[in-house]
Order: sequence, then structure tokens, then C-alpha cells
Amino acid sequence: MRLLTHNMLSSNIKGVANGFPLGLEVQKFVEKQVDFNPDFLKNMFPKIEWKALVTAAKTMGYAELPEEVESSMLESEDFLQKFHHALLELHLEEGALICPETGRRFAVTKGIPNMLLHEDEV
Amino acid sequence: MWYLCVFFHRLLDYRRPEVEALAELFGAYEDGRECLEWKLPQLNHPDSPFHFVNLPSEDIARNIANRSILVKGMYELWGEGCSYEELEEAIKAYPDDRKLPYLTSETTFRIIVDSFGKVISFEEQNKRIRGFTYIPFKGRVNLKNPDHKFWLIETDEYGSNNGLPPVVQRRLFFGREVGAADRKLLPTYQLKSRKYLGPTAMDAEMAFLMANQALATPGKLVYDPFVGTGSILVAAAHFGAMTMGADIDIRVVRDGRGPECNVWSNFKQYGLPMPVSLLRADNNLPPWRPGLKEVFDAIICDPPYGVRAGGRKSGGRKLLKGVIDPYTVPDDKRLGHIPSTAPYSLAECIHDLFELAARMLVMGGRLVFFYPVIREDGSSETHYPEHPCFTLVAACEQILSLRYSRHLLTMVKKGPYSEEIAAEASRMHLDFRENHLKWLEDGKLHSAVFSPIDSQNDGSVESKFNKDSKPKYRGKYV
Repeated sequence: MRLLTHNMLSSNIKGVANGFPLGLEVQKFVEKQVDFNPDFLKNMFPKIEWKALVTAAKTMGYAELPEEVESSMLESEDFLQKFHHALLELHLEEGALICPETGRRFAVTKGIPNMLLHEDEV
Repeated sequence: MWYLCVFFHRLLDYRRPEVEALAELFGAYEDGRECLEWKLPQLNHPDSPFHFVNLPSEDIARNIANRSILVKGMYELWGEGCSYEELEEAIKAYPDDRKLPYLTSETTFRIIVDSFGKVISFEEQNKRIRGFTYIPFKGRVNLKNPDHKFWLIETDEYGSNNGLPPVVQRRLFFGREVGAADRKLLPTYQLKSRKYLGPTAMDAEMAFLMANQALATPGKLVYDPFVGTGSILVAAAHFGAMTMGADIDIRVVRDGRGPECNVWSNFKQYGLPMPVSLLRADNNLPPWRPGLKEVFDAIICDPPYGVRAGGRKSGGRKLLKGVIDPYTVPDDKRLGHIPSTAPYSLAECIHDLFELAARMLVMGGRLVFFYPVIREDGSSETHYPEHPCFTLVAACEQILSLRYSRHLLTMVKKGPYSEEIAAEASRMHLDFRENHLKWLEDGKLHSAVFSPIDSQNDGSVESKFNKDSKPKYRGKYV
């Protein structure tokens, strides 16, 4: 699971008001190279919750992202490369996503988060 | 400029919409036109493979033809006629400034003789090519890699066996090829050599058509909420789009049939970039964070309609019906707990799909999905589900059996999403469900497709399905 996915998901358990951002429990993580596509990054940038991305990247051991951003930074190749790396190249292979409100674990196995709810959470 | 657009004679209903979608992708509408102009050759039938289309430039025509699956070729028509004499006159009358640049001595060329509904022997072909002495070709012939390809395309006389209803007259076309489809894709991607397959994997040709309808290109993000083995996303990834998929069945997305036979390996097999993400999620209770909207450029899917595979959603069947009381999973059992699922009706599924698309598609984004239709005799109008945010731009029928067909619907998001829109959409949905969707409920479609004929009707049906009474040609417009 890449951090892009992490940035889009929340805990949708019934009754949970603040399911975002999900905590990351890292058991195994890998880096995989992905083709750099600046257009895609520019499209995605306004839709990203930046704080959640910075925190998640730090949990994965990548602390190069600036804390504060603005859209003018998209002109910088250096920034785009870092953004690209954090968003698409860090994979959580084994671990879990933790609901910030209830502590419920959503297991991530073989890189695939299991977001399905139990019967009593629907 | 008008081009002769010749199609492969298959998936008739999908041909023009594919060209129209690609025309948008390659910027044919940038000059302000709202739709493409089409014309049929004289006395031709809509099902004919020969169409004329008006496009702003040759580059656009070439791009469309090269990317399409169903366009055999786009041609600059130099002449047409009902006989070789008429054809000669037409070619001679075609302006020299359009012809001469392609006939110079520095260029190489070849002439290809093609036919529709008949076979022309090799000797006959050569005879016809030699008949073109009245065209002042100066260049050298190069059969393997010519600069310019000229096509002579011939259709058969009026008759019952040329694959078209007997209204099409014999016609000859001569033109210069501008672009042609790359059908080599199809053997490369065919399902029988795909490593990981499921029972409802999408046929490669159809998957490419869907990706074309969705305008998949590099830099775009395409989502499939019923990803299964990834067969639709493979086509989108081939065109360079970033892909993302979800499925409720974790065995399909996570495990596959082993480490080298799963959704990832299907992408690896063709050297395509891996999906941006795969997840297990329920389309009925999507896990997107609040406030997330307008992220996907297209949503492409083949929803489960309960004919070959039924949909499932979270929550136990008995629980949702209220047969048993809500219960709590004990804490010590939570870790390995496998949540139960309940059947997911098509009506609900379509509603959730619209809701997802209305919220998550960018403005102008496309929703492309299959919708099953029972083929009733005498009903001409099919009602499709609607949503206030979406405009239907194409509906293409693929007939699957005597009793049912599936329609590929392409919708464009024209209006922004809001709470009021969602409420309005729910009302429209209820109305639609009441009036047009009854047969889609709880297994009715399945029984309509699979139950024996005589259990549905009395004896009068027999004659209708009698083999001999079936017309030889069964197209949409006949």
C-alpha cells in the first residue's frame, strides 16, 4: 500500500466521526521505483491532506518532506521528486492501519489493506 | 475535412462511440464543435462498415485510427463509385494538389486491395492494381514499409451473403491511408494467455474499448470498484493511466492463485506499471476519507449483476433483514474474524456506483460501466439509470443471448456533487427502481436468463425461437 492510498482512506466504522488520518503500524515496508510523472503529481497535489502525508512518510522513515507547502512549490523539480517518492514509492507491505478514534486495526497484508467492516461496525 | 472511416465488422454498436471518445481525447472538439458529423455512403445501411466522418485535421484522424480497436482504417477518399468507370472518373476529378504530393518520385507506395463480403483472388487483385495506370504514380513500390498506402476497397453486389442486410449496393472506394488500428494488441492481451483469470474476467477487446471510452491516458487516475482479476485496469494501464482497484473478495485481490499468479502478476506479465493501489473495500460502505472528492479521472467497471456472479456487501444477511439482533464480535475473536456478507442487489449497486462517481470523479470525468438489459420483443426504448450529475454520451449494446444483452454506458460528469444532488439522485433512483428496474431485483435477472423457456411462457414462444424463423441477419437496425 502506498501513502497515496493511505491519504485517501479513513475508518468508516459506524459512529466514528474522526476516522482520518489512520495510524500506521509498520511491520515490513519496501521501496519500489515508479516512473516519475509530473502531470499526475500536479493533478494530485491539491487533493492531498499534506499533514497526514508528512506524518505517514515520517512513520515510514522518510523525513525529507517540508512541513508547509504551497502550490508554487510544484515548479521545483526537487520538491516534485520528494513528493513523488513519498506518495508513490514507499510501500507498506505488512502491518496495519489504526483507526484514530477506536484503535481498530485494519490489517495490511501483501500490500493490500483490508477495509471491510465487521458485522457490529456496519 | 471528411475521412472515410472503415470499421471491422464486429461490435457494431461500439464503433462510432469509440471514434467519438477518441476524438475528444485527441482534441477534435477544441474548435468548438460539440459532436462529430457522420455520413453514410450512398445507399448504405447504418450497420455497414463504411462511414464518413468529419474531423478537423489529418493528425487527429491518424491518432484516432491508431489508438482505436474497431477502426480498420481512416482514409482520405480519392474517389468512389458503383463501377470501375465511375471510380476512374471520380479519382481523375479529385484535385491534383491533394493527390500529387503523395505521388512524387521520392516517395514509396503500395496499393492494397481489400473487399467486404467477398473474396478477390490474387490474380484479380493484381489485375485491379494494374488498372490504376491513370493515376500518375512516380514513386517506387515498397511492399514492406511504404511511405504511403493506397487502398482499393470493394463491396459485393446486393445479395444475402455479404454480412449486411440486403440494402447495400456494390460500392468501390479508393483512398490514401491516414491511420489504422493496432489489432496486434488483442493477441498480446488475449485472456487465454493471461496468467490470473476469474470467471468474469473482461475480454481483452472489450476492456480496451472500455478504456477508450474512459479516455485513459498518462497522468490520469482510473478506478475500478469491482476490480476482480484486474482485467479492465490492465487495458487502462496499457494506455498509460494510473490505476486503482477495490474488491470485496479478499482472496481475489490479495491471494490470487499464488505468488506469481495474482492481480499484480497480470500487470507484470505485460510489463505495465502496477496499480497505484489495490484494496479490499465494500462499494456499499466505501472507506474514503470525508472531504475527499474529485480524485478519479474515470471509473470503469463491470458491476456484478447476478447472472454469472452476484454482488456482496458488508453485514450479515440475517442481520440486515432483522432476523437476528445486532451482536458484538468478542474481542478475542476479532483478529481472525471473517465478517459475513449479504447479497448486493444490482439496483443498490448502481445507486452506490453513481454516488461514488458523482463524488469522486473530477468534473468532465467519465463513468463507464456495463448494464444488463432483458431483450423483450417489441420494446424499442431501453431505460437507463440516471443521475443529475451525469450526462449519457454513449450506450452500446452487446447481445449476449436471445434473452439478454449488456449495454456499455458512458457518462460524463457535468455537474458538481453536493448533498442536495445526492438527495435528488436518491429520489430519481427510487423512481427508476419503481418503474424500470423491477426485474433487476433479487435474482430475477438470473432466472430470466437461465430458466427454461417453457416455464416462463406458454407454447406460443416456440415459434418465436424456432431456428428457421430467425432472420439471417440480426442487427440493431433491422
